[in-house]
Amino acid sequence: MATEINERDEAYWRHNVRLIVFCLSVWALVSYGFGMLLRPLLMGISVGGADIGFWFAQQGSILTFVALVFFYAMQMNALDQKFGMEE
Amino acid sequence: MSQFAINLIFVIGSFTLYTGIAIWARARSTREFYIAGGNVHPTVNGMATAADWLSAASFISVAGLISVGYVNSSFIMGWTGGYVLLATLLAPYLRRFGTYTVPDFVGKRYVSRSARVVAVVCLIVISLTYVIGQMTGAGVAFARFLEVSSDVGLIISACVVFAYAVLGGMKGVTYTQVAQYVVLILAFTTPAIYLSLMMTGHFLPQSGLFGTHAESGLPLLQKLDEVVRDLGFRDYTADVSNKWNMFLFTLTLMVGTAGLPHIIIRFFTVPDIRDARRSAGWALVFIALFYTTVPALAGMSRLNLLETVYPHGTTQPALAYDERPDWFENWEKTGLLRWDDKNGDGRIQFYNDANADFAAGTAAERGWAGNELTVNNDILVLALPEIANMPMWVIGLMAAGGVAAALSTASGLLLAISSAVSHDLLKNTLMPNLSDEREMLFARLSMVGAIVIATWLGLNPPGFAAQTVALAFGMAAATLFPTITLGIFVKRINSKGAIAGMLAGAVTTVGYIFMYLGWFFIPGTNNFPNTPEFWVLGISPLSVGVIGAVVNFTVAALVSLATETPSQAVQDMVRRVRYPTPAPVATAGATR
Repeated sequence: MATEINERDEAYWRHNVRLIVFCLSVWALVSYGFGMLLRPLLMGISVGGADIGFWFAQQGSILTFVALVFFYAMQMNALDQKFGMEE
Repeated sequence: MSQFAINLIFVIGSFTLYTGIAIWARARSTREFYIAGGNVHPTVNGMATAADWLSAASFISVAGLISVGYVNSSFIMGWTGGYVLLATLLAPYLRRFGTYTVPDFVGKRYVSRSARVVAVVCLIVISLTYVIGQMTGAGVAFARFLEVSSDVGLIISACVVFAYAVLGGMKGVTYTQVAQYVVLILAFTTPAIYLSLMMTGHFLPQSGLFGTHAESGLPLLQKLDEVVRDLGFRDYTADVSNKWNMFLFTLTLMVGTAGLPHIIIRFFTVPDIRDARRSAGWALVFIALFYTTVPALAGMSRLNLLETVYPHGTTQPALAYDERPDWFENWEKTGLLRWDDKNGDGRIQFYNDANADFAAGTAAERGWAGNELTVNNDILVLALPEIANMPMWVIGLMAAGGVAAALSTASGLLLAISSAVSHDLLKNTLMPNLSDEREMLFARLSMVGAIVIATWLGLNPPGFAAQTVALAFGMAAATLFPTITLGIFVKRINSKGAIAGMLAGAVTTVGYIFMYLGWFFIPGTNNFPNTPEFWVLGISPLSVGVIGAVVNFTVAALVSLATETPSQAVQDMVRRVRYPTPAPVATAGATR
């Protein structure tokens, strides 16, 4: 097994893992952070008759999840193309 | 035309559509039966996944749960956030690995029949618990809308599932799920749009919830807070003081969602890894359409119900029983609404009598002798079309939607069960020489068996049937999720670690649940009362799944480190799943 290929593979995987860590950080921040644990700190910011933490818990987190999944898919699909990954 | 006739037309119409699809989408090979030939378009699969996911309970009961207030936001975040885990940690790699079932991945990655069999057992516990609720849910939907007993409704539903699942396998299930999604989302959003227009003037319920209440000119949520406060309830948007359980519960729902086999196998049906990633996004779009409508519907329905009971405001006398609207009378007959005139004034006082201060203060001053209205929360969805004076066809559509939600989830679960039996237990464990044609026959027979068992259990629901959330999500979080993710992300995990991890996760989760809810859910056999002061570290039995997952991760890692390193063939297999360059040894070299 050529080491050269290994390095290339490792670079690809590191990129993937970094991207996952980023996505899951945002995932945790909007739901467990803004929507739950940090909510008391954000009480001052109001959104349509409630506070922003309530909005995140009931709507904002879901919208962020959708954006995250598409963001991850697009980034990885582009990365696959760059690395010439074929099925 | 009578309402009954309209409902009947909608339900029969949708059933004809599903059966038509069944005949068109017959499976001709095991590949078609298990993974719909592996060429489902990612958007189509996203839609089918959403139908697979949105169950009878989501359709009928979740809005009622959410209407309790902020604390139940766990359900909305949990049942959507799991898809981020699925999209980044599981679905793409499993698709690339290219198996037919979830235990198939476990068996091949860990090169172990025992690991495969343990995974099959976990899968069956999870899916069987889940499917009973769907069967009874289909029966309930029938009974509510079609004047037949719920048992008859359940049997009719089972026959329809039989037609498309036995004939078409995953192929039939996929395309009927697409049709079922369209029916259920129209049925759920149409009344919500009506209600939102009526109460806020917003067409989109999602913006209506954060909009202005047309009648009072106040923001809707502020108005709702005031109304519930006036009646002694907690503010709708009030924060909760103890976030620990809310956190654990939400995390258990998310991790459990990502580990549910009937959802994971949907991602085996798309052409390649790129489509698996996209498909997860589409699935979440279709699910989000539903789960952002839910809180809007919940808040607005609750306010609307309270306004019906207090037509001139909460400080004025409540509605006189004799002046109650027709829908109120209709739903009293079902027992979902009950009125008991405790103070004998002929009016319907609806308030929180569990709030001692309020009962001693305002309620006593106004001569109220206790809450007089018992409301089953399902009514917020079921009675909606009548409450908002919607046309008769909307009710017919809701009947078809409730049934569609139950059937689509039931068929996905039945497929997960039957393919695990025919592919993992028979083909890969007991009868390795099974030909493709014979395996197909066994796959169909397993499906027949699964439907018969699920129908029987639906007619005679055992105690654990009511514990879908605790048992199915807890087990999925504690067993399959850690074992699969470790299999992809940590090369060093071997079969001994995986098996020990699954068993430890399952025992921790199920044992903890049984300690508080009774062993095998037999009433009276619990060791401790199910109240917060008896919970270990304040962990509710419903939230224990994520603790089981941590136990699984830890045990799997420790046992693997103490035993042998997986073979080069296995490590190459993991490489192949992760890296763009094909590894020299393909999965073919390491079967079983």
